[in-house]
Amino acid sequence: MPASAERYLEVQNSDEFTRLRHRLRSFIFPTTVAFIVWYSLYVLLSAYARDFMSIKLIGNINVALIFGLLQFVSTFVIAWYYSRYAAQKLDPLADDLYKELENGEKVAGTTADGSAH
Amino acid sequence: MGTILAAEATNGSTSRTLTITLFLVFVAITLAITVWASRQTKTATDFYAGGRQFSGFQNGMAIGGDYMSAASFLGIAGLIALYGYDGFLYSIGFLVAWLVALLLVAEFLRNSGRYTMADVLAFRMRQRPVRTAASVSTIVVSIFYLIAQMVGAGALVSLLLGIKPGATFLGMDADTAKVATIILVGALMIIYVTVGGMKGTTYVQIVKAFMLMGGALIMVVMVLAHYKFNLSALLGDAADQSGKGSAFLEPGLRYGVETAGDAAKTFYSKMDLLSLGLALVLGTAGLPHILTRFYTVPTSRIARKSVLWAIGIIGTFYLFTLALGFGAAALVGGANITAQDKAGNTAAPQLAQQLGIDYLGGDTGGSIMLAVIAAVAFATILAVVAGLTLASSSSLAHDFYASVIKRGTASERDEVRVARISALLIGAVAIALSIFAQSLNVAFLVALAFAVAASANLPAILYSLFWRRFNTAGALWSIYGGLGAAVILVFFSPVVSGSATAMFPDQDWQWFPLSNPGIISIPLGFFFGWLGTVLSKETDPEKYAELEVRSLTGHGAH
Repeated sequence: MPASAERYLEVQNSDEFTRLRHRLRSFIFPTTVAFIVWYSLYVLLSAYARDFMSIKLIGNINVALIFGLLQFVSTFVIAWYYSRYAAQKLDPLADDLYKELENGEKVAGTTADGSAH
Repeated sequence: MGTILAAEATNGSTSRTLTITLFLVFVAITLAITVWASRQTKTATDFYAGGRQFSGFQNGMAIGGDYMSAASFLGIAGLIALYGYDGFLYSIGFLVAWLVALLLVAEFLRNSGRYTMADVLAFRMRQRPVRTAASVSTIVVSIFYLIAQMVGAGALVSLLLGIKPGATFLGMDADTAKVATIILVGALMIIYVTVGGMKGTTYVQIVKAFMLMGGALIMVVMVLAHYKFNLSALLGDAADQSGKGSAFLEPGLRYGVETAGDAAKTFYSKMDLLSLGLALVLGTAGLPHILTRFYTVPTSRIARKSVLWAIGIIGTFYLFTLALGFGAAALVGGANITAQDKAGNTAAPQLAQQLGIDYLGGDTGGSIMLAVIAAVAFATILAVVAGLTLASSSSLAHDFYASVIKRGTASERDEVRVARISALLIGAVAIALSIFAQSLNVAFLVALAFAVAASANLPAILYSLFWRRFNTAGALWSIYGGLGAAVILVFFSPVVSGSATAMFPDQDWQWFPLSNPGIISIPLGFFFGWLGTVLSKETDPEKYAELEVRSLTGHGAH
């Protein structure tokens, strides 16, 4: 069952939740920027650097094909790395907060009278 | 090579009978599953979210089933077969897009929403206006996508069943068969959704995904074995047979085309490529029928797992289409493909027939492979339209009927009854529009659906989840602003009028130079969302605290 509004505010302001948010955002936002830049670079090269993209590397396999396949590789790697990061760094914190909310316990980092900093 | 599909003359009836038999088997199995699922569907959660009991793998397959449309299977294989590298370039955007869904949307949506996209958008806003807006954009995106799929199905049937102009099938000529197909596809999707709800629809997606991956895998192995698993040899042969030489393996035949002596045209063509890429990558995580899939699993962790599975399945599938497209170029040949269909949509079935002739022996082998792949293609279309119909009818019932009209007083039973009626209504509208639109060039509708999803839905979702200050006005501005910008720009673009390939080639009110509005309309959607927010004083820190804590911890999740 959802908790009260004061309770959610209190948890939102707690150190533990701030840590969870920081760990989450410091991963997902830069990673999103990175893969969008990396993908845009690929599209821009396809549009403007055709001589470079058409250099043949092995037989008929050219830079463009390798670049395209690298987009697959980077997508798979980012997905795998995120799932590992989330399982190690995010899920345990989220589970703690969940339990504290569920049991009505005081969340670490709130002041003694139960109100938020 | 000239025998491709000309074998229809002697073997057409074998292949046709087999295609129809296999398709009927698929329909029979999926209808049986649907009826079974209907017995398990008792609550609103069962109907909208399949009881939230699917596993990560099951939902991953179902996401693949929802996402790998006929446009992906036949369309991308055809693009690669005719334009080589640029078809591959197109497919990459569809895959990279899943990182947006994985990192920014899936888990938080699962934790804080219930049945629809609007559950998250309206969480801390005034319910009625935001749900109305979300419902409008959900239905617009889904209807565009639906029409594209259904018109595609109509166009394909005569090709896949080999109905020549002038010839008849069961007493129908090609035009009647098209209309009959649209009605049949529409009727089946209505049955899946109204009877089976999300549970039935999800199993249809899973069965379809297995069939599609299996069919594609068999063809890929056959193509690669033909070249003794030497990719370079396949590419070389594809380039030779395409008639375009090494340019076939490089970007530029289809997107960002360089027109000598016309700098403006070249510039716009390249801008169009960037615009398309942006819309593909940012659109996926705003597609309502994809978003509702995240509600079918018990927790956000399993939603994460299902996206990981989906990335694996979809990525593998696009690698398959690479081999299929180049295989079709090499083994069928560009001339034979365009002779059958100018857009290349029959490249994959034609390749199947050729592989059947080579591997299974003679015309009979060709007919068998053609029939199998044609049946897979029909199954693909059917599953995708069912997913779209479900998402839009859910939004109409849950967002518009229950929250806007009944102001939250509708009973669960009542809501599900309205959802079923909505599915019937949306299905009927889609059938009627598709029959009307079948003579028009609607290929751009899928790209438009992605552009609207990226311009209207994604900004609102991201602001809702991550921006404390975001409010009702911001949500309305971003949805209506992004939606309006995308639709208006497309209306004045060369895909609707003012060019030979336009929807209305004889009219000319075109002034916007790009076919895809994304590069303008997506930033506009984000800008409008920001502007609407700062112009309004409304702010609700308590509800944001609840949304943020719940979306990150899963507390209070449905």
